[in-house]
Amino acid sequence: MTPLELFAQQLANGLTLGAIYALIALGYTMVYGVVQLINFAHGEVFMAGAYAAVFAVLFVGVSGAPWGVALGVAVGAAVILCAALGWAIERLAYRPIRQASRLNAFITAIGMSLFLQNALMLIGGATDRQFPAIVPALRWEVAGVTVTLIQLLVWGSAAAMMAALQWLVMATRLGKAMRATAQDLTACLLLGIPVDRIIAVTFMAGSSLAAVGGVLFGLQYGTINFHDGYLIGMKAFTAAVLGGIGNIPGAMAGGLLLGLIESLAAGYLSAQWKSVFAFGVLVIVLLWRPTGLFGERVADRA
Amino acid sequence: MLRVESLVAGYGRITCLHEVSLEVGAGEIVALLGANGAGKSTTLKAISGLLPIRAGRVVFEGETLNSVPAHQMARRGISHVPEGRRILARLTVDENLELGAYARSDRKAIRQDRDRVFGLFPVLAERRRQLAGTLSGGEQQMLAMGRGLMARPRLLLLDEPSLGLAPRLVEAVFSTIRRINQEGVALLLVEQNAYQALRVAHRGYVLDAGRITLADTAEHLADNPSVRSAYLGG
Repeated sequence: MTPLELFAQQLANGLTLGAIYALIALGYTMVYGVVQLINFAHGEVFMAGAYAAVFAVLFVGVSGAPWGVALGVAVGAAVILCAALGWAIERLAYRPIRQASRLNAFITAIGMSLFLQNALMLIGGATDRQFPAIVPALRWEVAGVTVTLIQLLVWGSAAAMMAALQWLVMATRLGKAMRATAQDLTACLLLGIPVDRIIAVTFMAGSSLAAVGGVLFGLQYGTINFHDGYLIGMKAFTAAVLGGIGNIPGAMAGGLLLGLIESLAAGYLSAQWKSVFAFGVLVIVLLWRPTGLFGERVADRA
Repeated sequence: MLRVESLVAGYGRITCLHEVSLEVGAGEIVALLGANGAGKSTTLKAISGLLPIRAGRVVFEGETLNSVPAHQMARRGISHVPEGRRILARLTVDENLELGAYARSDRKAIRQDRDRVFGLFPVLAERRRQLAGTLSGGEQQMLAMGRGLMARPRLLLLDEPSLGLAPRLVEAVFSTIRRINQEGVALLLVEQNAYQALRVAHRGYVLDAGRITLADTAEHLADNPSVRSAYLGG
């Protein structure tokens, strides 16, 4: 492998990881946008999506069916479960304390994360779980770089979902109400916007994106574990901060960028230290540019 | 049309309104005057459901509104243009107006109402694709009022529409208030600028430390010595 091919291979791997980070980061940033809360349980929602896919594939028994059908079952189950979970988390844990101080919300979010992590352990087991290989292991050599069918699926579905989200937020009535709620909740009430429902839908949308991320993660890496959600969730949160928390294109860019940084650091410096590099990015961003790369001026919120 | 009966409301342990009663008839402009902190904005917030009512009643078109959530008021015909305008700065003028009609689904009538708003405020039509935050203060006030009208209210609650505007714009705002009223919308108007408010209003109330101390026609209030000395500069 020439140095250039190695570099290109790292880029391909980084974009795959980054696309998954981006899908999860969107949920952090959307929720932060409307309620100024870091939903630390979001990483667990992502993992719950992966587990839902595993169980759905086992129970439905998709052997013999075309792989597209199996994938549809996995994604469908993950999205339905995670959307319901996102709705329930908002309704039961966050809505009752929406008027309370940020510290209360912060503690609630951490508690919700621990609760879900343990629930996943009880339901899914404490050991690594094999993610069913529902997608054929096809691979191609393109200019010396190996690209798998799963990677193409990751890139394609991440791009499609981000485009759909961008359309939803910018062009639909619901999306406009979401952006309005993010800016001024009281003004929205006076306009007749059912703010509670908009916030619930935002949680459900973010959780659905994480669900797809969970399935893609399982397909790409083959095994899942109940505590994966914590680490991956923290990295996706880092990606959201890197792009500018509250900013949707920022979360997409931040995710891709963090995936690239991590995979280049793993390839050229040290694979054991890749998380250190990822979280180093978080520290650097918080120190020198807390509003992130695409950060918004905070002034017009006041 | 709107009847507020012995309304008590406040924030936390503080009670700001002590048995406030007032009425707005169909087609009327009613001014609510008073010094800073007298409870004028609080009264509007309690009517529109932003602030819980502790005692008393708010009755609109025969229905008690006490437990109706704020986001249902637009659907019931009450539009509240709040203090400080609260336009959505990072949305365009068009988007602000569109969201003003969020409670409605009659697309054709919404479009007609938008054209009506553009008729009242031609400058908004020129700036419709601009972000609302880039408008001048006067234009933002027009947008706030136009957005309030997009709900097609029968009663418009206006909180300090002239605050911080240049004198020429103040005139424009009050003549627009008169035009809105001529189209059949009743208005409850909270104003620091008592002189202008009493010129457009039919009737008025004076609120002092959370209590209604005077209620009369606008003409009589403008002639009342205590109103003249307190709010009209002698």
